[in-house]
Amino acid sequence: MATNTETARTVEALSEQRYKYGFVTDIEADSAPPGLNEEIVRFISAKKGEPEWLLDWRLRAYHRWMETAEDTPSWAHLDYPEIDYQASSYYSAPLRDEDRPKSLDEIDPELLKTYEKLGIPLQEQEMLSGVAVDAVFDSVSVATTFKSKLAELGVIFCSLSEAVAEHPELVQKYLGSVVPYADNYFATLNSAVFTDGSFVYIPKGVRCPMELSTYFRINAANTGQFERTLIIADEGSYVSYLEGCTAPMRDENQLHAAVVELVAFDDAEIKYSTVQNWYPGDENGKGGIFNFVTKRGACRGRNSKISWTQVETGSAITWKYPSCLLLGDGSSGEFYSIAITNNCQQADTGTKMIHVGKNTKSRIVSKGVSAGRANQTYRGLVRVQGKADNARNHTQCDSLLIGEQCGAHTVPYIESRNASAQLEHEATTSKISEDQLFYCRQRGIAEEEAVALIVNGFCREVLQELPMEFAVEAQKLVAISLEGSVG
Amino acid sequence: MGAVSPQAARPSRSIELPYAAQFAAAREELPGHDLSWVTSERDAAIARFSELGLPSQRVEDWKYSNLTPLAKTDFTAPDRKAAEAARAEVAERFPKESAAGRLVFINGMLDGPLSALEELPAGVRVLGLADAMADEGDLLKSQLEAVPALNGHALAALNAAFMADGCLIILEPDTELALELLFVAAPDVGAVAYHPRISIAAGAGSTLALGEQHTALGELEYWSNPVTAISLGETAQMRHYKLQEESRRAWQTALTKTRIAAGAAYENFVVATGGRYARNEIKVVLEGAGASCELGGGFLLAGEQHVDNRLRVDHAAPDGTSRQTYKGVLDERAHGVFQGKTVVHRGAQKSDGNQLSRALLLSPNAIMDAKPELEIYADDVKCSHGATVGELDGEQMFYLRARGIDEASARSLLIAAFMDEHLQSVADQAAREWLQGAVSRWLAQHLSVGEA
Repeated sequence: MATNTETARTVEALSEQRYKYGFVTDIEADSAPPGLNEEIVRFISAKKGEPEWLLDWRLRAYHRWMETAEDTPSWAHLDYPEIDYQASSYYSAPLRDEDRPKSLDEIDPELLKTYEKLGIPLQEQEMLSGVAVDAVFDSVSVATTFKSKLAELGVIFCSLSEAVAEHPELVQKYLGSVVPYADNYFATLNSAVFTDGSFVYIPKGVRCPMELSTYFRINAANTGQFERTLIIADEGSYVSYLEGCTAPMRDENQLHAAVVELVAFDDAEIKYSTVQNWYPGDENGKGGIFNFVTKRGACRGRNSKISWTQVETGSAITWKYPSCLLLGDGSSGEFYSIAITNNCQQADTGTKMIHVGKNTKSRIVSKGVSAGRANQTYRGLVRVQGKADNARNHTQCDSLLIGEQCGAHTVPYIESRNASAQLEHEATTSKISEDQLFYCRQRGIAEEEAVALIVNGFCREVLQELPMEFAVEAQKLVAISLEGSVG
Repeated sequence: MGAVSPQAARPSRSIELPYAAQFAAAREELPGHDLSWVTSERDAAIARFSELGLPSQRVEDWKYSNLTPLAKTDFTAPDRKAAEAARAEVAERFPKESAAGRLVFINGMLDGPLSALEELPAGVRVLGLADAMADEGDLLKSQLEAVPALNGHALAALNAAFMADGCLIILEPDTELALELLFVAAPDVGAVAYHPRISIAAGAGSTLALGEQHTALGELEYWSNPVTAISLGETAQMRHYKLQEESRRAWQTALTKTRIAAGAAYENFVVATGGRYARNEIKVVLEGAGASCELGGGFLLAGEQHVDNRLRVDHAAPDGTSRQTYKGVLDERAHGVFQGKTVVHRGAQKSDGNQLSRALLLSPNAIMDAKPELEIYADDVKCSHGATVGELDGEQMFYLRARGIDEASARSLLIAAFMDEHLQSVADQAAREWLQGAVSRWLAQHLSVGEA
């Protein structure tokens, strides 16, 4: 027990460290007045010069949202004050559209500096890492690199607004086809007011030669961010997509309600990796991002595959269930997750694997670390429909608790409607073993490093799933979270 | 506005029922109506029920249970004459076999002539609930207060309003008792509903073995809604075994609530093969340090049967141990549910909690839903859960078939082995054999039907 007290003390000392990525870039914002009404929806659509069908879709979503406005989901194990949707502004662009930069050189140097502070200078990335970056600063995409190289292969990688203008037939066909506008409260809100996001189309038989990446930043004060990402992998194609987030420090709670839709056709594979490190609020739970995300992938084709990997260390509230609809015969879905909560952070996250096609497979590995006064819940559904013969699932969810004031919860739903399905679920909850800690300490490793080491080992299975480019950043991030949160 | 709580109440989640009117009509005839405290308790309970309504599937705890057909059935209160008319058949079909005392309930009413209680040890009291209402009001009051049923549970409230019979079991410290309870449904004019209440207080260091059997004289339609409230004193031991062999047309909604003091141990094992719909809800609170409970269950279902096992164990004190292990065999269009929840409260350090749900699906149309849930607010704990769903192992089948065993026998053998392994955890040998008997009966009956 002595070690325990010591750990708690270390956590206390370290949690006083400030959020390392907290800074605000002052930039001329072109924002809508606060509030949400039909005019705002029309304003956003007009601002972006959208076609009629998209405005109609937004308005349908808006009316649906108004009908259900009182019906915020309350089933999650989360405790937060009611959100005043009329208090935030629903549109903010760093530059007016007509001034949008045509190349990196035209980008506001202050913006570039921001990226540098985050350790993602675009030019360097372009030169060194070979990663094409579609950087999202607030809501409008401001820079896209490697476009020409991708264009040679027929890969479309651009902001969603550009895609609406240049590839309307693709956007119209797939937007809302995986997450309909009426899907859930936050997806409905997003459908009404989404400002921008990324669009990816990989043509038949193309293996995307580089990892596609978007960095999200939330910058202007009082602006909720409503991203919408749509990725389509045509027959036999492959793409790995990276999404990473850090955000400046601020006091008010910021709402984020993103939607990500993935579509994979026959033999296609989409790998979607996320590192989420938004401002979690201070040690007393003041401030921090409210993160309500709907992510879903549809494996429509035979032998298609969708794999979600997430490292969730930020946000005051995380509400996120990246899911797979396994429709095509032989399709497979994966979900690898690390969630770390500290201080007053709350996370209710997990996945849904819906087996519809025959011989479908899914694998879930979830690692949760809860410290301080944080509460964390794994909530997952594995459902095998009647026709999904020989479906297979394996689920493993492990929780680690650090300190006496935190909570870790596991709520798996396992629903089988097919006798030939084999479903297995296992979960454990434990604390850092004193033996492991003692072993490390005895070899001269400081306690906080030892804890970091042990937690890294605990998360190893998921970290391994991250693409190389991301793994380094993710490990660093876990380490930073551990420094400041785990002790 | 304040915080959004996870269980925020919402309107229109319930189905309307005629029970308030039926209660008003029966109010002056229910046992204990001349005791003002009984009547006021009943009034409060029916008001509570009216407020809650019958739970709909939008209530998370009842997510996998559709009670709409129950709401649509007209149930009446059982008639004593009809119950007495069935006495001879009950005596013949269910003879008393062991030396333990036995209480027999026909349609929820205690049947004096069939019950045998005369050899109770000193310091042990066993009373029928209706008798206690007539003669032992004060004792009943203190007992019901010491072991309250669940507040906020709609069907427990309905039981509290309508309870007409049942029993009180009281063990003074360091006493011992073995007792059997037999509940038999007998033909009545129409479908009857009865709400037995069993209230048990086992003093410090006492030992209680309780066997319950729920069965029927034929394929009758009825609704049994028993509530069992148990309080175990320090280091008390209770073994609680239950055979649920209700009619295939019956509804059973059973709730057991157990409080366990320091060092006491509670073992519960339920074998269920009956009921059109059966709810087996067990709530255990480990209140004292080092308390332990073992909840085991086996269900074998076919046809359109639906069994919903809802377990919840609260570790409210340090050093508690809990095990929840349920195994199901589902054939035809049967639907099995395991919803287990282990909650480790703040400060309940060194808790050890384990849940396991395993199901065998024998038919393409069988359904299994499992939700093994952990909610943990203490760091120095060991909690785990596991769940599996699958069909009979093809290799094992092949092994047996290759040795000349026909398919039906091979299936029967593998299912028996699946359950038998589980039943080995039952500590008491006689009880284990008694429970195994129900498994064998199901296999013999069901698999031979399958062959024909």
